[in-house]
Amino acid sequence: MLEKESKEELQNLLDLLNRFEEIELEDVEMEIGDLELWLQSSVAAPRVMPRVSPAASPLKARPTSILQADFIPPIEKYPGQIAEVTLGATKSQGGSRGKSLTIGGERAPAFYLFETSTPNPPIISLDVFDTTIPLAKPVKTHFKEVLGDPVAWAKLAVDRYGADIITLHLISIDPLVNDTSPSEAAKIVENVLQAVDVPLVIGGCGDPKKDLEVFEKVAEVGAGERFLLSSVTQDMDIERACAAAKKHGHAVLSFTPMDLNQARQLNRRLYDFLPKEQIIMDTTTAALGYGLDYAFTIMERARLAALMGDPELQHPMSSGTTNAWAAREAWKKMDPEWGPRELRGPIWETVTAITLLLAGVDLFMMMHPAAVQTLKDIIGKLAAGKSVSSERIANWVPTKI
Amino acid sequence: MSEKESKKASIKELSPIDVYMLLPKTNCKECGEENCMAFAAKLVNREMTLEQCPPLLKKENAKAYKDLWEMLKPPIKEVSIGSDDQAIKIGGKYVMYRHEFTYTNPTAIAIDVTDEMLDEEIVRRVKKTQQFSYEYIGSTLKLNMIAIRSTSNDPDKFKTCVRKVAEHTKMPFILCTFDPKISEAGLMAAPKAQPLLYAATKDNWKDMAELALMYKCPLAVFAPNNVTLLRSLAKTLLQYGVKDLVLDPGTLSGDGLGAMINNFTMIRRAAAKRGDEILGFPLIGTPIATWIENPEASAEVNSWNEAYLAATLIDRYADILILHSTEGWVLLPNVVLRQNIYTDPRKPVAVEPGLRVLGTPNENSPVMFTTNFALTFYTVASDIESGGIDSYLLVVDSEGIAVDCAVAGRKLTAEKVAEALKEAKMEEKVKHKKLIIPGKAARLSGEIEETSGWEIMVGPRDSSDIPKYLKEKWNSS
Ligand code: SF4
Repeated sequence: MLEKESKEELQNLLDLLNRFEEIELEDVEMEIGDLELWLQSSVAAPRVMPRVSPAASPLKARPTSILQADFIPPIEKYPGQIAEVTLGATKSQGGSRGKSLTIGGERAPAFYLFETSTPNPPIISLDVFDTTIPLAKPVKTHFKEVLGDPVAWAKLAVDRYGADIITLHLISIDPLVNDTSPSEAAKIVENVLQAVDVPLVIGGCGDPKKDLEVFEKVAEVGAGERFLLSSVTQDMDIERACAAAKKHGHAVLSFTPMDLNQARQLNRRLYDFLPKEQIIMDTTTAALGYGLDYAFTIMERARLAALMGDPELQHPMSSGTTNAWAAREAWKKMDPEWGPRELRGPIWETVTAITLLLAGVDLFMMMHPAAVQTLKDIIGKLAAGKSVSSERIANWVPTKI
Repeated sequence: MSEKESKKASIKELSPIDVYMLLPKTNCKECGEENCMAFAAKLVNREMTLEQCPPLLKKENAKAYKDLWEMLKPPIKEVSIGSDDQAIKIGGKYVMYRHEFTYTNPTAIAIDVTDEMLDEEIVRRVKKTQQFSYEYIGSTLKLNMIAIRSTSNDPDKFKTCVRKVAEHTKMPFILCTFDPKISEAGLMAAPKAQPLLYAATKDNWKDMAELALMYKCPLAVFAPNNVTLLRSLAKTLLQYGVKDLVLDPGTLSGDGLGAMINNFTMIRRAAAKRGDEILGFPLIGTPIATWIENPEASAEVNSWNEAYLAATLIDRYADILILHSTEGWVLLPNVVLRQNIYTDPRKPVAVEPGLRVLGTPNENSPVMFTTNFALTFYTVASDIESGGIDSYLLVVDSEGIAVDCAVAGRKLTAEKVAEALKEAKMEEKVKHKKLIIPGKAARLSGEIEETSGWEIMVGPRDSSDIPKYLKEKWNSS
């Protein structure tokens, strides 16, 4: 029978899913996210496993009882380990957060639990925007009372949706949006710091010059809080960005298009200024149906290479999973046979997230509460690694639904 | 060779030299290649098959052919379900990770019916499965099979149900029952259908093996959360003479999720990386089982859980899935995920170059261009469509490369753009002669203007800004 806790979880999920019945389906309002155009990645040569032909065995008698075979779990030894990165700092650590979160540290591919348990379960950060932005309808319905108010939004994310960490996207600093000044942006950050006590990811607007100015100011007012500055890119003044992170004790997100060589290159440049333990990497997330295959394979390759000893890829990985909403199948009203977008959208984000979870992502930046809750639930179960009874499913075939 | 020895034939990579050594080495060019070495390279890359070397098929080369066949066969056996032209192939995979080599045979998806459903319900579900179709990057995404379950425990009812399904579809079946008598009743209703028999267990394996041999059917083996038993059963059945197995280590949801991922991963690694032939068979997942594990939950929640379980299994090596939900929002993300995971990781996904008409443009509508890298194209097209903009979008052949790299690598040139404009006869379609180019191709603007004679407007760097850009720059120009 269901335990109390999981019953509550179920009820929550049900509530979230059922909200689609309440809202009216207006014309779509959506955002295509920052789907980057990326470079083609080089592709590894195909590897094929030869097998020696078993010599024709003399016809043996048909067995009359089960022939016992052994099974030894195929365990691999990995020379490499992923760096551990901590986000957020408590009072005793020099900040003001209620707790800090550590990710990374893996010694085996994601959830190869037969090899090692997961040292630090992946975490999920909820997106918070500092200004009104167009949002996909199914997402908007969960945040409509806090749009344009980052403090209220942050509180909602933490109090109602249980965010362990939030990403404060300072969209308004964009010279093409409000061109909010660095000190005004820092004020927003301070207000959010006061409103919630979870660790913060500080998101820029994508303009490398403006982001840098803002990061410098924000790093200073949040000195010691162990933010994640999201993100440092190849076209940014790396030395200055790292100096700000280093001086005030923050981590940086090393962001590149989907190309392992570019990821290595940027990380290498960062090593001149920062220790590994202050770097998380992001090789770009594309939505299910819109390049998820590339995103998945690049991440899977990065993680395997890191474990096999590539020192330039041994970082926790982050994913802007909210990009899932760039898929039209996620946000668009479609023929009724495809179901309401209020379900199709969040499951789209969930499937995108799970796929990347299995590739090795440690930090998810997400949007829809139902997707967030599902992923959290999955991670919790995987991390607990409970032994289970297979009694019920052993008899699934003749059971009526 | 003993089982131990075959396990030792481990992770050595297959090189063209190894293959070459066994070829006739006459360089006769009958295969169409320059020489045997070139043919060997193509074989290793799976671009050609052994049968394309005629001398190899001669009697005197029979041994070499057989050895090569063994050398080149996939570590995961390819298994065929269904009869003749309607059959579906599963497994046949060469690798564990998709970046190593393209995954073959996309995960087959089956929808269940039971012998206690009303006829209308059975027919409705069969039709829905058969008619499911979604157009995506030039291919049609479909469902593949019907899983017929006996919930009545009555052979006659099962027989009737199989007959009913067979009347309405030619899709291959999975006959789901642990009772060999019921299974046989189902087979009698469609004796030539060669369905997948689901499943042999520790209790019924012998009778199920007999049925599989008699009706020439592949046989699923079910040992939930017990890989040792699964391997023992597989070994036994192989010894019994059943050649085509499909393995089910159990689809566990809830707290069992970690164990399920473990089992699928261990089995695939043992087969693909360690050469374990007993486990070298396709895997079957049954996300439908989550409905049985959570009878208290609502249909919505069960559908939701089933959707992400299916996705997890597509990511982690399942070759067939049995689902219960027929909801579009459950199936769509999964067929799209399957398409994504099974694309060739070596080739960029490209779309046909040429003109695309978005909405209902007229002679005053904007003309834009992008490259034929599929993702670039679909992103741009979706941005334009979501902005509700009537326009012409010219897809220029960049050999499937994204805009910025194509400019840098000279795959996208002013000449190509000018040519595309001409070929699409744009001058006849609009009267303004203004071309909006991607922001990332800005440095080609002068050249394009010169070569094509069109006035160039540099558009945004990110296509999501196109609606805004047009509002500001086009409507006022
Ligand atoms: S047909 Fe066979 S023998 Fe002739 S060149 Fe090709 S590979 Fe060599």
